[in-house]
Amino acid sequence: MRPFTVAGMTEAKGTVAGVTEADAAAGAGVGAGPLVQLEGVNKHFGHLHVLRDVDLAVARGEVVVVIGPSGSGKSTLCRAINRLETIDSGRIVFDGQPLPAEGRSLARLRADVGMVFQSFNLFAHRTILQNVTLGPIKVRKEKPAEARERAMSLLERVGIASQADKYPAQLSGGQQQRAAIARALAMRPKAMLFDEPTSALDPEMVGEVLDVMTALAGEGMTMIVVTHEMGFARHAANRVVFMADGQLVEQAGPEEFFANPRSDRAKDFLSKILTH
Amino acid sequence: MGDFFGVLTNGNNGRVFLDGFTNTVELFVIAALCSLTLGMLLGAMRVSPVPTLRAFGAGYVNIVRNTPLTLVFAFLIFAVPKLGLNINPFPSACVALTVYTAAFVCEVVRSGINTVPTGQGEAARALGMTFGQVLGLIVLPQAVRSMVPPLMSVLIAMLKNTTIAAGFSVLEAGAIQDYMSERGEPRFGVLLWVTIGFLILILPLVAFQRYLERKWAVAR
Repeated sequence: MRPFTVAGMTEAKGTVAGVTEADAAAGAGVGAGPLVQLEGVNKHFGHLHVLRDVDLAVARGEVVVVIGPSGSGKSTLCRAINRLETIDSGRIVFDGQPLPAEGRSLARLRADVGMVFQSFNLFAHRTILQNVTLGPIKVRKEKPAEARERAMSLLERVGIASQADKYPAQLSGGQQQRAAIARALAMRPKAMLFDEPTSALDPEMVGEVLDVMTALAGEGMTMIVVTHEMGFARHAANRVVFMADGQLVEQAGPEEFFANPRSDRAKDFLSKILTH
Repeated sequence: MGDFFGVLTNGNNGRVFLDGFTNTVELFVIAALCSLTLGMLLGAMRVSPVPTLRAFGAGYVNIVRNTPLTLVFAFLIFAVPKLGLNINPFPSACVALTVYTAAFVCEVVRSGINTVPTGQGEAARALGMTFGQVLGLIVLPQAVRSMVPPLMSVLIAMLKNTTIAAGFSVLEAGAIQDYMSERGEPRFGVLLWVTIGFLILILPLVAFQRYLERKWAVAR
């Protein structure tokens, strides 16, 4: 599998609405290398080889959508980036630093990587507002008043400020997932990981979550999104990565990928999901 | 009937009952606080990311839980003084009860932690929380609710286990009957009064359990 080059990415960039030249330039200024880099990553679950020699580089400000059939290792890939899954071999580098082992430095790294889960995972015993402020107060040591103010503006942005004092169980799935996005953003992350963020939602709630994600992509956030939402992949991604059987089979800009998939696996996958 | 109440009122019998149960309560309160603390720590060890701590927690539970309490008492009261450490029976009894009960508390804590969906801990870790924060801020507050009933059972069992200390020179409720039979009081009456004493001690624990369950049922 050839590692994706930053040069290759720029072609795709032009096709995406909302990502300006200024974003790209600002992104390039912080550090020359990619923000997230995986090299020869392997992972087994027992006998199952879920990640096979995965190489992937994600540039600053880039939106990468990972698609593929169930069990292809997409979620594992996503979770490995902030070490919720450990890997057996290979290297993962975030912002120039190899992922540390369990401990305080790993916690620091995780604070810089926002994560949104399929099942929201909002803290059930805390209100929505507390869910959003907890990280900034306890991890970033922000003043509670400041954290609250910023949390409210984030909740405003994702459209659920009026729900701030409710408990997660009192909200709809779509609202919970938007709260979870606000919670992740409150940490001012350098990158956001989305692990099938809309798969547990009723169909009518998928749109409200994707809208928030699309807006985020437009603002230049670095995003790695595992999803089955082809519409989102088409209009928000800079690059689509297709995974099957633990391997990165194919990657290309979204237009190129959906119009002319090269591999048989991708053709087969697309024919199955796009016929309905 | 006069005999029955006489058990409490004859001579200074009331004093013996009072001293016995006071010691029982002291033994219980000290050992409860210590075993809850130690059990909580052991429970945290059993779910920690450090393999050595996990192994220590598991080893402790497996050894202590499988040892009869009488044996733990015998160790502390007969064997430990042979090492040159001279401790009074009362503190030794507190230690014995703590060491033994902590193993059960540990398992209650661990099962409580297991009732909290893994996603809660993952989300907390993904925010950059340390192990202590994940456990203290996210997991344990959600786990205590399901820990309350089994924890109360463990504490009630411990309250009754304090009577074993009677066999090791601690004057507590379990020792009352020996004193009474020396004074020729009827066995039946004495044992019934001791039983009633324990029931009275346990009732507040049950009420406390109800209170906690109701209090924590709301917040979610």
